[in-house]
Amino acid sequence: MTLPDGLSRRGMLMKLGLLFNAAVGMVLVVPIVGYVLSPMIRGRRAGYNSWLSLGPLGRFPVGETRLATYRNPVVTPEDGETANIPCWVRNVDGEKFQVFAINCAHLGCPVRWFPQSGLFMCPCHGGVYYSDGSRASGPPERGLFEYRYKVEQGNLLIDAGQMPTTGAPTASLINITARKTPCA
Amino acid sequence: MRLIKQIGDWFDERLGLAGPIRETIQHPVPRQTASWAYVFGSAALTVFMLQLVTGILLALLYVPSAGEAWNSLQILNHQVTFGWFIRALHGWGSNFMIAIVLIHMVQVFLFGAYKFPRELTWIVGILLLLLTLGMAFTGQVLRFDQDAYWGLGIGASISSRIPFLGPWIVNLLLGGPIIAGPTLSRFFALHVFVIPGSLIAFVGLHLLLVLKLGINDWPVPGRIVRRATYLKEYHELTSKDGVPFVPGAVAKDLFFSGFILLAITACAMYFGPFGPSGQPDPTIIQTAPRPDFFFLWLYAVLSLLPPSMETPALLIGPVVVLVVLLALPFFSGEGEKSWKRRPIAVLTILLVAVALGTFTHLAGYTPWSPVMDAWSGEPIPVQYLKGRTALQRQGAVVFQAKQCHNCHALGGAGGERGPELDRVAVELTEDQLIRQVIQGGGNMPAYGKNLSPAETTALVAFLETLHPPGQAPARDASRAIESGARP
Repeated sequence: MTLPDGLSRRGMLMKLGLLFNAAVGMVLVVPIVGYVLSPMIRGRRAGYNSWLSLGPLGRFPVGETRLATYRNPVVTPEDGETANIPCWVRNVDGEKFQVFAINCAHLGCPVRWFPQSGLFMCPCHGGVYYSDGSRASGPPERGLFEYRYKVEQGNLLIDAGQMPTTGAPTASLINITARKTPCA
Repeated sequence: MRLIKQIGDWFDERLGLAGPIRETIQHPVPRQTASWAYVFGSAALTVFMLQLVTGILLALLYVPSAGEAWNSLQILNHQVTFGWFIRALHGWGSNFMIAIVLIHMVQVFLFGAYKFPRELTWIVGILLLLLTLGMAFTGQVLRFDQDAYWGLGIGASISSRIPFLGPWIVNLLLGGPIIAGPTLSRFFALHVFVIPGSLIAFVGLHLLLVLKLGINDWPVPGRIVRRATYLKEYHELTSKDGVPFVPGAVAKDLFFSGFILLAITACAMYFGPFGPSGQPDPTIIQTAPRPDFFFLWLYAVLSLLPPSMETPALLIGPVVVLVVLLALPFFSGEGEKSWKRRPIAVLTILLVAVALGTFTHLAGYTPWSPVMDAWSGEPIPVQYLKGRTALQRQGAVVFQAKQCHNCHALGGAGGERGPELDRVAVELTEDQLIRQVIQGGGNMPAYGKNLSPAETTALVAFLETLHPPGQAPARDASRAIESGARP
């Protein structure tokens, strides 16, 4: 049987079949895309950051910059040592602190603190920062990333949980301009 | 022998493939293509097979878990019989594969093989190059050591610079907020399923196109490619002066592939496997991460680009290169094939080769990075201390203690980030030295806050002694007049 406009029964059935599969495909696309994009969705909804303790203030002598480590708040059982994240804590004057990310603001390599010359140096592409985290020389376009911090019951807490990168969504959480939020 | 033939016939009765296969491998190719210049494509295929086999063998024991991967590589290296050798074959195979793919590409470019009607073959080839580089990067990540960990950090930092989407792409790339378990798992999926699957598909397409369109004829100066006539001319060439691919042209392919396999085996046996270097523990910060050989040039470029140009270059550069490569057969699809009549093509290859070679060479000794242990590991040469005053020697102590040596070489040792200082007293006067030390500038940090006046005086007194024996240090002529002394 052929319909007036030339559409045959078989052609019609084939088109319906294709349409049916497309509809089922559309239903499947939602969970598949959601699954693939889950790291992005989680980052937007719940956020990855939380307040973490770096230990008692006594660990960070006045006027010095010390390495501290914390366990990342979001972990999976197979993370192993990769979830132990280091950062640099500078006790400015006993009242004010600065907590710098370990990652160079250029491309994320681990910066090292040299107390003698008061500089952070990066081993990868030669970025150098002053003791207050501001850029001294080399390829970085900005100073070191800073975590927000607060002091609670004699412990130093930072707001952390994400690898800091130049365009990070945590731009509001990581102190890019020397904006300070001490003792919230 | 008769039994084998009988079994073969039994299968062929059902499959009916013997005829088409014979016809395919015996298709006529231009006589001159039975050349050593035409062996790189088949060699790349051979190395790809080797990578598939050794990759599957490694997957038998490798554990794609951030907490276990490094240990499983140690077990492969030290406990499993020939585990080190399979790792070495896979690692060296990867280096050879990239090298051969690049040589193949250069040969195809110089022989004009990308011109009509082989445009699609070239485009698929570009995709294969990208996939091969993707395999190299993801493979470096699976060797989950310090270099892999910080290499991922660099990858994430570059991705974060993509406008608007950057931060989300970082999370997608890492599979979470930091480099950790999910990161390795997804790079494992890419390296073992996604990219090899695409490679197999595109290699198949690439080969199909070579068979359909015929191997590129040897470029003869003056034999111009024209869309209207090329196919007819090529057909005449193969039918009049062609040889069957098997056995006419295949012998050199076989010998070269065998030679490459032998070379990979020799490298694997002699040099052994690559790494793994230190554990992927981010709290171990005493590390200087370096990419694998074929990404060293990028490492150098990232160090040498001016900061303001970096993001545009990183984001726009690859797109421009890719577009040029993909568009090449369309704006240059006809005309001369021979490199003898295409000087720009030859110059382009030379320029790219010299640039990549120079960057790779520079990345071998990273003059842009401070030498982190020069201040404690490289003493000041004795001749710079002999017969000096106490103040000058104290200045030498300041020089070491304040890590000046990390960026400045003395007597050929130390960092190369800043200029070497063996003649600095000839180049800068005392006042200029003081200003440079205190204010910095020209990519040097300012040390004003970190040097006491006494330390600065001592340091500059030491720097003032750094001049060749018979040559006086630079001095400010106006000063002498000012103080009434004779100039």
